[in-house]
Parts: sequence; C-alpha cells; structure tokens
Amino acid sequence: MTAPRWIPYALIAPAALFLAALFIVPLVQTILLSFDGGGTPDHLANYRKMAGDLNFTLAIRNTFLLVGVVVPIQLALAMGMAVMLQKMSTGRDIVLWIWTIPLGVSDLAAGLVWLALLQNSGYLNTVLFQLGLLDGPTPWLNAETPVTLFVGIVLAEIWRATAVVLIVLVAGFQLIPKEYSEAAEVFGARSWTAFRLITLPLLKPSIQSALILRTVLAFEVFAVVYALGGRNMPVLVGEAYAWQYENQNYGVAAAYAVLVMVISLAATVVYLYALRTRPETQP
Amino acid sequence: MAGIQIERVGKRFGGALALDSVSLDVADGEFVALLGPSGCGKTTLLRIVAGLETRSSGAVRIGGRDVSDLRPADRGLAMVFQNYAVFPHMTVFDNVAFGLRMQKKPREDIERKVRRAAALLQIEPYLDRYPAKLSGGQRQRVAVARALAVEPAVLLMDEPLSNLDALLRLEMRAELKSVLREAKTTTLYVTHDQTEAMGLADRIAVMQQGRIVQADAPTTVYSRPASTFVGGFVGSPPMNFVKVTASGRSARLDALDLRPPADGDLLLGFRGEDVQLVPPDEGMTFVVKVAEPMGSHLLLTGSAAGCPVRVVAPPTASVHAGDRLGLRPDPDRIAWMSQDSGLALDGHA
Ligand SMILES: Nc1ncnc2c1ncn2[C@@H]1O[C@H](COP(=O)(O)OP(=O)(O)O)[C@@H](O)[C@H]1O
Ligand SMILES: [Mg+2]
Repeated sequence: MTAPRWIPYALIAPAALFLAALFIVPLVQTILLSFDGGGTPDHLANYRKMAGDLNFTLAIRNTFLLVGVVVPIQLALAMGMAVMLQKMSTGRDIVLWIWTIPLGVSDLAAGLVWLALLQNSGYLNTVLFQLGLLDGPTPWLNAETPVTLFVGIVLAEIWRATAVVLIVLVAGFQLIPKEYSEAAEVFGARSWTAFRLITLPLLKPSIQSALILRTVLAFEVFAVVYALGGRNMPVLVGEAYAWQYENQNYGVAAAYAVLVMVISLAATVVYLYALRTRPETQP
Repeated sequence: MAGIQIERVGKRFGGALALDSVSLDVADGEFVALLGPSGCGKTTLLRIVAGLETRSSGAVRIGGRDVSDLRPADRGLAMVFQNYAVFPHMTVFDNVAFGLRMQKKPREDIERKVRRAAALLQIEPYLDRYPAKLSGGQRQRVAVARALAVEPAVLLMDEPLSNLDALLRLEMRAELKSVLREAKTTTLYVTHDQTEAMGLADRIAVMQQGRIVQADAPTTVYSRPASTFVGGFVGSPPMNFVKVTASGRSARLDALDLRPPADGDLLLGFRGEDVQLVPPDEGMTFVVKVAEPMGSHLLLTGSAAGCPVRVVAPPTASVHAGDRLGLRPDPDRIAWMSQDSGLALDGHA
C-alpha cells in the first residue's frame, strides 16, 4: 500500500508555516523597510545614507578583513585537529568534546572572557607586568591600537568558533572509508601525498559546507567585536545595531541588514561554484 | 618475484587473541589461499603482511627481506581490497596508473603499463570513466588492474569476489586464475568460500580461530583433512564422520570390516562420493531420510551408526526416502580421526 501523495506535504506544512511566519515575513519586511523612502519616491535614500556614512567603508573593510583572516585560519586549524582526531584510537570523544566546549558559550560571553584577558587590568597585562615585560597597564584594545585590537578579535573568534568547522570536518572524515587511504598507502603514497590526492578531494563536500557555514556566520560578526572594542572597530552588523538603537533609524539599519545578507548569499554562491563536485566522482 | 615467509606472527586486539603464532611459507610464484570461517583472523593476517596492521609478535619476510617494520609502500606488494577501494574521484585510467605514478615512472611507461593491465582485464573501453559509472564486476577488474599494473612481486587479495553475484563470481574466478598464472605473481588470497579456494589455489592454508590448521594442495586438504574441522569446512557436502571403536587394529560397523591405524574411540571419515552403494547386509547400514536430485548427482541425507551421513549417488540411482542401503567406503580414501582430539591419525598433520 502506498500513502496518498499529499501526506509528505502535510507533514512538512507545520515547519514551512513556522519558517514563513518567523523568517520569511520579517525578511520581506526588512527588505521593504530598507527601500522605504519615508513618503518620498526616493527608494534608495537609506542606502545612500548608509554609503555616505563615515563608518561605512571602515565597516566594510574591517568585516572583510576579519572574514579573510579568521576563516582560512579556522579551516586550517580545524583540518589539523580533525586529522589528529582521526589518528587517535582512544579518548577521541573526550578530546572532541573538550574542543567543542566554546560552542556552548554565547558570542557575547566569549567576547567578555577575552576582554577580561586583554583589557588594561586584564590577565595578560598582569602576567606581562610580573614577568617584567611591561612597565604598567598597557591598552591593547584602543582606537589607537587597531592592530592589537584586531588580533584580539581574531583570537577570540578563533577560540569561539573553530569547533563549528571542526565538527563538520570530523563528520566528513567519518564518511570516507578507511580503505581509500590504505589503498593509497599500499600503492606507494606517503601520508601527505595520500592526504592531498585522496582524502582532500573526497572531503571537498564537507569543506564546502563548513566554509559556507563559517563564512556566513563570520560576516555577521558583532558581539565579540563589540565586547572587545565597542565601536573602535566598526563592522557591518555593529553599524546596523548602532543605526537601529542609537540613531533610531530603522531604514538605514535595514539597509545594512540587507547588505550583509547579499554579501552572505554571494559568498555562498562563490563556494558552491568554486568547490563543486561532480556527483559521479563521489563514493 | 619473491616469496612470503610468515614467521610465528601473533596478534592481540586488547585482550582478544586474533592470531596465535601463525607461520606460513608462500613460495615464489605460488598462489596460496587463506581459507577459514568468518572471524578466524584471515583479514588480520593479510593486513599484517601488507603492513596496514601492526603485529604483536613474529616477523614477515618478503623475498627474503624482513619487512616487519617497513611501511606498506616499501614492502613491494600490491593489494586488492574486499570492497575494491577504487578511488571514486579518479578515472579508471588514473586509478590503474596510481601506483606507477607514485613510483614516479616515466609518462610513456605509465601509459604502456596501464594499457596492458587494462587489456588483460578487459577494461580498456572504460579508461575515461569514473568508477561510479561501472558495475561491481567492472570495478573489481579495475581494482585488480591497479594491482597488476605495478607488476608487484607479491599480490594480496582479501575476498575480492565476495561482493559479486554468483554467476559473475564464477566467471571472474576463472579469469583471475588465467591472468595470475600468466603474471606468475606470488599471491596470498583470503576467502571464506572453499570452492573458490579449491578452484584457484596451488595450496590452501585452512585457518581456525587464529591458527593455520593445515596448509596443503587442494586435493590433499580435500581428501586428507588434518582434522574434523578441515574435513567439515572444506567440500560440499562436508566430509562424513562415523563413530567407531577399534581394538587390535580392527573394527566392525554392521557388515563392514575396517582396519584402522589405531585403537580406541575413532572417527571414520569419508567423502560422500567415495562410497559404494551395496545391499544393506554387505556394508554399514545407511538409512536414507532425504533424497535430493541435484542434476549431476543424487544427494542422499541420512544416518549410519547413529551419525549423520551424506552420500553422493549417481544421478540415475533409484533411491528414495526411507530406503535402507549398505555403504562401503573406498578403503584408500578413508580419513581416520581421533574422537578425542578431532585430529587425523595417519600422521601427516
Ligand atoms: N581492529 C580490530 N579491533 C578489535 N578486534 C578486531 C579488529 N579487527 C579484527 N578484530 C577481531 O579479530 C578477529 C579476526 O578478525 P578478521 O581478521 O577480520 O577475521 P576474518 O577476516 O577471518 O573474518 C575477529 O574476532 C575480530 O573481531
Ligand atoms: Mg575478513
């Protein structure tokens, strides 16, 4: 007996409605809001205001810089960690569990943890002072110290979110039968060659998923930046927040939100294309 | 070309003993089948020879060289995996060429050797395809071609035919035999299928619970099993064992006089086809429970002297369930076993 054809649709209907009510509707509203001319026919007013703002280019530059630095480091780190886990025979689950603890910490809390470490009277300065490397409290997170502020944010982001990439990669590794790398080994490939020629290509779909996930989230970076530097280092979502709550200009905030979404979508498309796999080349 | 010497290799997984001091010599160019039931340690032994698994004790020599601590790549062997392990993201050509490329052979060399291996296994039409587009049998051929392309001194195969359907398996078996005979490659071949081992191997090493219990020519393993286990595992139907008590080097079963090589509680072992059917008062009494016409022969299942017995009768024999017959085993083909140890008595094991 086969079930009636409407059953699958009925089963996904609640989820679809939920998604429509809580995601699509606000999304459409935000897009409409961003193109709202405030009674005038000038539908791009909000975007012009956004682009004309002093912080706009800074926010764009900082956000892309952060994504460009953080995501590759996280991918490399997570790959190394996943390979190490793969080689472990005992205690794997415990190590994986410990490595994923930061995922349970909210991004704002993570930012505050790193603030405690890096601020003027933080642990880092205390230790450096006691080692005699500093003469007194030294600021690292000022507008005058953009490089150390940036490094601090990068460190916090890496600490906080590398495990997302790690989990996707570990799952991907487990999908690859051990025989492939063993065959490569038997036929003369050294570890690195086997990794490059066999594991990496077979892992490509997982790398793609991990990169999309991590990059989209990285473009939304805000809480860590805000906790460590306030508005000393403007980023896109931070500007949206400022326009929304400090300037009470919802239109410009919506324009920022739409911009972040478009950038994320574009990044996703780039990954989908650049890391595509032909279906017949997968196991 | 090179032989393989496995010297007292032992393997423990945690507390569990998987291999118990296994020794086996495979001569240069010889084809040896490792035969045994699932879980007896065949794969573990093969992987230790390949270097994919560490051993707990013992040594492995290939071509006289101790390779025990070498990497797989440095042992001069090739392997065909049970599920083929043909790289899915490479074309058939690149798969077959993989080993040669790792050896950094010149381009023309690779091209020539890949073509030759492909021709041998009749996969030339698929060289540009990806494995996902091939059938199981074709993928299996790619795996063998990849192994033969490097012209290995030693070839290891782990149940290479077990994923194929019955007809294809029969066909690949014959083909494998002719291909490997031509290449004269020293081969260690793992299987749990005794007909495969019988058909392919120069010698069969029968394994039971982490030990090799007999290593002999297929006909010897078949007709002179070293133990009741071997007799029961090799051959279909398995060897029959009938309980006999002997004294003064003689015993009697119904109307059958026997001359066992020892006294005491013995087992009379004989193959189902090594008996003569005679009237009931001229041999041991055999009560037929089931008669199955198999086409080429008539398979009779029943009992003699309280033990289950299977007899292979000519297809034209007129025997029915419930009949009582006499059995006369060919005295030259009887395998005597001890009831206590289950080991053969005629001294060759
Ligand atoms: N990696 C492993 N860890 C623990 N036990 C194993 C491992 N590999 C094999 N074994 C055990 O060793 C024994 C022999 O296994 P194996 O060599 O695979 O048998 P076969 O190939 O003859 O079926 C089995 O009892 C199996 O459970
Ligand atoms: Mg096995």
